[in-house]
Amino acid sequence: MNVISLSAIDLAIAASLVLFVALLQWRMRLGNTQALLIAGLRTVAQLLLLGLVLKIVFAANDLYWIALMSLVMLLAAGREVMVRQKRRFIGSWGFLLGTSSMFVSAFSVTLLALVVIVQPDPWYLPQYSIPLLGMLLGNTLNGITLGLDNLTRNAWEQRTIIDGRLALGETWSSAISDIRHDSIRVGMIPIINAMSVAGLVSLPGMMTGQILAGTPPVEAVKYQILIMFLVAAGTGLGTITAIVIGCRRLFDDRERLRLDRLG
Amino acid sequence: MADLVISNLQSRVPGMVVQRLVALNLCLHGAEITGLNGPSGSGKSLLLRAIADLDPSTGEVSLDDCSRASMAGHEWRKRVAYLPTESGWWFETVGEHFLQTDIACLQQLGFEADVLSWKVTRISSGEKQRLALARILSRRPEALLLDEPTASLDASHTRDVEQLVSDYMRQRDVPVFWVSHDPEQLKRLTRRVMIIQHDGSIKEQGR
Repeated sequence: MNVISLSAIDLAIAASLVLFVALLQWRMRLGNTQALLIAGLRTVAQLLLLGLVLKIVFAANDLYWIALMSLVMLLAAGREVMVRQKRRFIGSWGFLLGTSSMFVSAFSVTLLALVVIVQPDPWYLPQYSIPLLGMLLGNTLNGITLGLDNLTRNAWEQRTIIDGRLALGETWSSAISDIRHDSIRVGMIPIINAMSVAGLVSLPGMMTGQILAGTPPVEAVKYQILIMFLVAAGTGLGTITAIVIGCRRLFDDRERLRLDRLG
Repeated sequence: MADLVISNLQSRVPGMVVQRLVALNLCLHGAEITGLNGPSGSGKSLLLRAIADLDPSTGEVSLDDCSRASMAGHEWRKRVAYLPTESGWWFETVGEHFLQTDIACLQQLGFEADVLSWKVTRISSGEKQRLALARILSRRPEALLLDEPTASLDASHTRDVEQLVSDYMRQRDVPVFWVSHDPEQLKRLTRRVMIIQHDGSIKEQGR
């Protein structure tokens, strides 16, 4: 099956829809116009750049190039986790908490998928490793951001309750247990929603892309199921890691609530 | 005698430009209420929180010759209980906040046993204050740090609280540090009153 090629005019029509929404937001004084336009410009610039980089990396098929690209993706994701939180951990913790959690979850799940499940030759074949890692990082980033934002915001708003529980002689872990559970649940909401409605309400992005590119639907479905399960595992692992470490960081060695560690 | 001994205690709350408390040396005796008074913002709550190890501080605090540094933070706070002015309630009903219930204690504060099934959303600030005291006493602490425990109460319930704390203190030989803005109340309850100044220094008021 031949892929229908998109012209610059086709993309311009799609872009005009975003411009229309931006105009609408500006007229309604919603104050979000600039963010939408910048995000749109970033999408174009980043994806064009990615296309160029992928062309080079695919051609080189070299483990070091792939490792370098993975590192850049990880650092960019870590920065996104940090800047999207209203109350973030100050100092290097703000960046390292999200980054290390994503490293533990997204990288380990991608490695498992490549070596045990998909088994391309070589195992790091960029056509498989880069998109897999990208999807895992993107989704894990969402879960960790939502979870950490929920954790720090609720710890701030419910400081009287946490302090009250500590004053009653509860351990730090018990004093924040409700917020910890809730934050992990919030971090998992997007992937649980995505899995629940997959195929009923939405056609997942990767499957849509594969079908448009000519892959037989059943093959595309198998890959989509694989991806969703990997994303669920990665998001769960990453969110739990980030929330558990984040909770501990909110208390010092004497089990005192330390909101001064939040910005 | 279970004494609470405070040596060179100084609060070190991060981000606070001026540390409100100068190094403090004090001994709170068992079976005795020591009063604490001073202008608003002088650091009374800060002092109680420092003793309870809820805020970072330097210096030493020990109860019955047992230093707080020798035990985990939560173990210390089980023994040295701090009752804040504003209490926190996180479960749906009152009873879920009690590890063990002491009906006699609740009755002494003017409640019936059915209070345990009350929803926390329907209790008033005065009821919360009395229930918070009952909750803390139900955990059998060995020292009490009470931050204006009768601030939201009428005269009758104030007497109930004073009587309950006095009974508990005598039965268990417990030192009590009681913050109040009411000189008459401090005169009724205490043998000695510490006055905290705006600069964070503390002096004992003669009786």
